[in-house]
Amino acid sequence: MCDSCDCSQTGNSVTIKRPGQAVSGSGSAGHHHHPHQGSPRRERIVEVREAVLGKNDGIAAHNRVFFNKQRIVALNLVSSPGSGKTTILEKTIRELRDEIPMAVIEGDQQTMLDAERIDATGVPVVQVNTGAGCHLDADMVHQALHQMELVENSLLFIENVGNLVCPAMFDLGEAAKVVIISVTEGEDKPLKYPAMFDAADICLINKTDLLPHLDFDVSRCREYAMRVNHHLEFFEISARTGEGMGAWLEWLRGQRVQG
Amino acid sequence: MPACSVLEQVRAIVYHECMHEMSLAVNIVELVSEKAQGAGGKKITSVELEAGKLSGVMIEALVFCFDAASRNTPAEGARLEVREVDGLGNCLGCAHSFALDSLLGQCPQCGGYGVETVQGKELKVVSFTIDEE
Repeated sequence: MCDSCDCSQTGNSVTIKRPGQAVSGSGSAGHHHHPHQGSPRRERIVEVREAVLGKNDGIAAHNRVFFNKQRIVALNLVSSPGSGKTTILEKTIRELRDEIPMAVIEGDQQTMLDAERIDATGVPVVQVNTGAGCHLDADMVHQALHQMELVENSLLFIENVGNLVCPAMFDLGEAAKVVIISVTEGEDKPLKYPAMFDAADICLINKTDLLPHLDFDVSRCREYAMRVNHHLEFFEISARTGEGMGAWLEWLRGQRVQG
Repeated sequence: MPACSVLEQVRAIVYHECMHEMSLAVNIVELVSEKAQGAGGKKITSVELEAGKLSGVMIEALVFCFDAASRNTPAEGARLEVREVDGLGNCLGCAHSFALDSLLGQCPQCGGYGVETVQGKELKVVSFTIDEE
């Protein structure tokens, strides 16, 4: 993916695989702590003043430079488990695959199940299994990028681990975060999990075909989300029936033109 | 049971319960361990952290995770001292500046929700102390 990158990040139990691939591609160079040979004396305060996630942010910036150079629009899809992220991706890919080159990085704690679903649509996909980890980080994406051959001027969807809390903190180098809420969840999710809605740029409200059977109030949900983040742009969709998908697909086409 | 597998179990539990606090703790330990090595120190006795009240971090969980994450590193046994930083918001409607205690901040002057967070999301390692004995 790049010629001058630092690939020696810790990998703990993370595995990165393409569907059908047996061997893990995780670069898990450990950390070295050599006892220093100096002559120790007393207590000393060392100034640091660095962000805790500075290392992640550095790798994210590296990913972003790569995306910009290749004119790849990377979107980080975040939501609770079960909001329909993978179904949205399947539908989106089937609608756009004849006009736009696309690729997917799938993040889950375990299994290749989502990667296999995406693989069936015919676009390149890599699965990142985080083990116990509750989010993707920039290095996992970086390692996944090394396993893929991305096309210039394309779309890259990064489906984060289903979790409405932790992925908010970790920049992956994406152009935008897309938060997905389904109408089977409470409309007060944006108030309960504000960090994710605060970090997002786009909000997809999914499973709208079920609205007649539920008490979910879409306008209240939008209002709550806007309280947290007044920049949010909304699309109300049903990935199952295709209702409302047109505007979302149009937005994606627009991103690529600008990218 | 060997100590390392006990640690692995603790890590797994902690990772699950504390979610991103474990990753943050690992990042803090790595950062200070690297710097300590560069500074010629063997043992870190304390780490000073600045955490914004809107940073989304549970401090108790972070301290708990830090203890687990620092095992077998130069930061093992170090105290994690967390200084909380208040949230500060600017109303985009009426330009009023006020204390923010959540990301759902509402302007106390005009009632608007269009609020820009200007302080309180930071999370950084300020310094650490090394024991050179």
